[in-house]
Amino acid sequence: MIHPIPPGTRDVLPGEMRELRRLQAALIEVFEGRGYGEVATPALEYDEVLRRGGGRSDHAAYRFFDESGELLALRSEMTVPIARLVATRYGQAEPPHRFCYIAGAYRAVSPQRGEMREFLQAGVELIGAEAAPGTVEVIDVLEAALDAAGLASAVIGLGDADLYRDLLSEFGLEEEARESALARLVAHDLVGLEEELEAAGVAAERVQSCLTLSQLRGGPEVLAQAQEHEAAAVERAVERLRDVNEALGARPGGHRIQFDFGLMRDLGYYNGVILEVYDPAVGRVLGGGGRYDGLMERFGLDLSAAGFALYLERVQVARAEERRRGGGDR
Amino acid sequence: MSEPLTLAVPRGALFGETLDILDAAGVDTSELRGDSRSLIFETEGMTLVTMRPSDVPTYVEAGAADVGITGKDVLLEQSDRSVYELLDLGFGRCRMVLAGPVGSDRLSEAAGSLGMMRIATKYPRIAERYFESTGRQIELIEVKGSVELAPLVGLGDGIVDLVATGRTLEENELEVREEIVECTARFVANRVAHKLRAVEIDELTEKLREASGR
Repeated sequence: MIHPIPPGTRDVLPGEMRELRRLQAALIEVFEGRGYGEVATPALEYDEVLRRGGGRSDHAAYRFFDESGELLALRSEMTVPIARLVATRYGQAEPPHRFCYIAGAYRAVSPQRGEMREFLQAGVELIGAEAAPGTVEVIDVLEAALDAAGLASAVIGLGDADLYRDLLSEFGLEEEARESALARLVAHDLVGLEEELEAAGVAAERVQSCLTLSQLRGGPEVLAQAQEHEAAAVERAVERLRDVNEALGARPGGHRIQFDFGLMRDLGYYNGVILEVYDPAVGRVLGGGGRYDGLMERFGLDLSAAGFALYLERVQVARAEERRRGGGDR
Repeated sequence: MSEPLTLAVPRGALFGETLDILDAAGVDTSELRGDSRSLIFETEGMTLVTMRPSDVPTYVEAGAADVGITGKDVLLEQSDRSVYELLDLGFGRCRMVLAGPVGSDRLSEAAGSLGMMRIATKYPRIAERYFESTGRQIELIEVKGSVELAPLVGLGDGIVDLVATGRTLEENELEVREEIVECTARFVANRVAHKLRAVEIDELTEKLREASGR
């Protein structure tokens, strides 16, 4: 008898489960070793609580009513639930707070794309640590996690979440035109972006500046190249990334870092430095994160914060592929 | 060292001009011009894979191809696929239009009396978005083959289709009623490849930009 399961979900059988457990154990050892205590939160939350994440972070796809008519939702990621947990349980405690998790999350998928609607995330949240040192600590943990996962070739892209919203405001774009241009930037549709900026009356050289900037990615040398684009928004982003670069330079490692002025994340709560993880063995992003200094405030605590999450299934695929290729490109 | 960059080449209407612009950008395409039945061609420093234009976003999104060339019509129809659109290559220019039978006002009659037009198309998402954004309701009929046939035999009041010269429309006694969007060939990239193979992709983009005269 065949009894189907919904597309985008899967069973894990013992052979793979053993491997998955080993991977999870290796990651938790890294996280706990750096003082990040593991927490678990319910997969189900009140929809209203998850919506506090704002922007697209409320893209929980599965909502339903419980027996007393309350609207519940399946979490789509772990940052908002942990923000809720910290505000509720640690409101009086002295920050910083360090937590890690390995948890299932749920998102709607486009049909027939090989995307998962139930997937595992492993990550950390550092709440109540100031910008550059906090960001660097999180990057440090991420590098150690990638080492532990056996991803020798993985790269961490660093960008700035506020750059283009500020830059487009500087260009004089109003709310609607700005959001529309930002959507083009998130999708990385350069042809559409150029058309839209021109239609909005942005001067040709500024349009070119915006396009060039969005293609700027590489080693620390791109920080200086970015500064050639004179704008307060660029100045601010460069300054933040330079602070991170200096703090990173003061410790070993760092070969995984790529600075990227085209990096955009679509979760609504980020501000300041953001990051994404790539591996040459997989065509999709392995994980992401960054600073979300405004999020805790939405839960009534004025604390800065940063974190990251890795998609474990993709990490598994990347690891298998790197092994097959014989230890990666390096 | 890392593997050669993989480029998805569209077969069909864009094939010839795609090869021309690749030649101009210094990519050797002589093997593709032969009558080989192969789908994969190794050239110096690059692997060329040939496929239907509508498959290009699929391969590029998944990273099976690092970069590719396809029509804007394909990208619009598959706008949920996340590929980076880096360059308008300028060739393969054609228009996505709403067309109806010559001299007939069936389209406006249908809209007037039924409050709804029946539209046959190979591009259901583009058509749906267009009529939604212009505040009209349609009944969408998706067909796979020659869409010009549909209104001639009463399957729908009009069609949404891609028009290059307009000859096919003319031959089937159809005429353009509204222009929806102009489409050209685009250079697209996988988002991870765009980060990890930045130098190679930027170089190719620059060469293609020069070759396209933009």
